[in-house]
Amino acid sequence: MTILLLADHDGQTLGEATARAVSAARDMGGVIHVLVAGENVGSIARAAATVSGVDKVLVADDPALAHLLAEPVAELLVTLSVDYAAVIAPATSVGKDILPRVAARRDVMQVSDITRVIAADTFERPVYAGNAIETVQSTDELKVITIRSSAFDAAPQGGESAPVESVSLPAKEWKARFESEALTKSERPELTSARIVVSGGRGLGSAQAFETVLAPLAEHLHAAIGASRAAVDANYAPNDLQVGQTGKIVAPELYIAVGISGAIQHLAGMKDSKVIVAINKDPDAPIFQVADFGLVGDLFTIVPELVQALG
Amino acid sequence: MTGHDAMKKILVPIKMVLDANMRPRVKADGSGVDLSGMKLSINPFCEIAVEEAVRLKEKGLAEEVVVVSIGPAKVQDILRQAMAMGADRARLIETDQPVEPLAAAKLIRTAVAEETPDLVILGKQAVDDDCNQTGQMLAALLDWPQATFASALHVEADSVKVTREVDGGHQTLVLPLPAVVTTDLRLNEPRHCALPNIMKARKKPLDVRPVAECGVDMAAHLNVLSVRPPEARKAGRCAANVNELVGDLHAAGVI
Ligand SMILES: Cc1cc2nc3c(=O)[nH]c(=O)nc-3n(C[C@H](O)[C@H](O)[C@H](O)COP(=O)(O)OP(=O)(O)OC[C@H]3O[C@@H](n4cnc5c(N)ncnc54)[C@H](O)[C@@H]3O)c2cc1C
Repeated sequence: MTILLLADHDGQTLGEATARAVSAARDMGGVIHVLVAGENVGSIARAAATVSGVDKVLVADDPALAHLLAEPVAELLVTLSVDYAAVIAPATSVGKDILPRVAARRDVMQVSDITRVIAADTFERPVYAGNAIETVQSTDELKVITIRSSAFDAAPQGGESAPVESVSLPAKEWKARFESEALTKSERPELTSARIVVSGGRGLGSAQAFETVLAPLAEHLHAAIGASRAAVDANYAPNDLQVGQTGKIVAPELYIAVGISGAIQHLAGMKDSKVIVAINKDPDAPIFQVADFGLVGDLFTIVPELVQALG
Repeated sequence: MTGHDAMKKILVPIKMVLDANMRPRVKADGSGVDLSGMKLSINPFCEIAVEEAVRLKEKGLAEEVVVVSIGPAKVQDILRQAMAMGADRARLIETDQPVEPLAAAKLIRTAVAEETPDLVILGKQAVDDDCNQTGQMLAALLDWPQATFASALHVEADSVKVTREVDGGHQTLVLPLPAVVTTDLRLNEPRHCALPNIMKARKKPLDVRPVAECGVDMAAHLNVLSVRPPEARKAGRCAANVNELVGDLHAAGVI
């Protein structure tokens, strides 16, 4: 089979989610073509061509693709899909936005957010916020699949470069218009690929505490910062840091949950972390049921002590 | 939208799911999640969609809010709830069979064909199957523009301006109407229904029709082979103090 994989990128660099999705594609078996869509994405296409396992890169360079809006990208994928047995994408905000449009246009059911490939047509995926794992088989001729990045290791950058070929976007009137974006800038490691994540919840009590209490710990550990929904809702942290069923899914080596109770919707986003640490003043907080190591007490004393002890 | 006509109609498709506060139990035979005796509620994202539509109506930006759901007779409960929140009318497409997102999108399309709404607002995902597909599929089938994961929505003349929660932060799109919008958590906080409104909702029109009348192929595209609980994490231990915790982390090789 030949698989078409929609690359995730931010207009500058290839997202790590792409290399992780390549691993999932390799598990499915067959030939892997990566589509890099966007405007001035030549260097991203060259980066995709060196991911090990990629057989060919298709690059669609068009101003209409600049912000990876659903209508043009889906149109392009629908057009290309006739030559493929599967169209897949990482389950990022871009992939989740676009792929169901492709599936509906091709009259097939998408398999969302897979965490394991059992066979080329059979996959595992979490449902009910990860409280159940479904094994599902697609009977459609064309498979349309989104990949949960945290469940797959990134395919390495290979030495040899795959061929890069241009494809063009069908001419059409696109209805939705990009107006603006406000992207969070951070010097910290990216949440979904960081080796260590330090996450704060409502217990932090303020945006200031994220800066003065949590940030020093993150800096010390070269960690990304995450947050619970309650912390994001209260404006302690920006929305792109939300971890959970409806936020980002992470599975770092070490996840430190600070002042987070451990609601199932939060656990859905982090319980596949290798080691989980919980710091909470409530010994009965559900987070302790999934934590490998815990410390009961006031985070405002414990976290600064921890920073000291690590120093 | 001052100086312009209000939207005639907003359609809000909603789904009934296991209540988000319930802990799902996987059936011993691995055939699915056991819903017997469990509390079922309106999907939280759908509730946000209803709230948003009702607020637009209350602001005079829309004339009518119609809700539609697909499922067995008891789904009427959430349709009544949506009408208690302020929706004017409801439609139930009745079926006892499981409905995949693609079939749901096709059924909703039949409602769109009859209602001709200016805007369809849906939840971004249902918290049972966590698929996150129906809104996008509907938009594709209708060839309408879409804005998924909305955290803010402003109605302008003949268009909506929608701010979306994306991986890197926020993105704002302008969609000409008609359009499809799917809701994220921070779009609004749904109201609690007051008793008089619950009583009033009982008298609002609710149209029930069997799925067979919709002319949509309901055959499943996906076979669910089995359902299992996730791997349990082994019980951890609580450290007595920070130094002990640091020792544990060193021993585990993570720092
Ligand atoms: C449809 C839906 C989707 C959702 N999606 C998500 C999601 O993606 N991500 C998510 O996180 N949530 C999500 N939620 C919300 C979730 O149910 C919880 O409400 C949320 O995770 C709670 O956040 P929290 O743990 O920070 O707050 P709380 O539950 O209020 O917990 C705060 C914790 O801090 C502790 N604490 C307070 N002060 C201190 C102190 N000084 N020292 C130490 N500990 C302290 C308390 O003991 C408590 O355990 C979702 C909910 C719904 C309905």
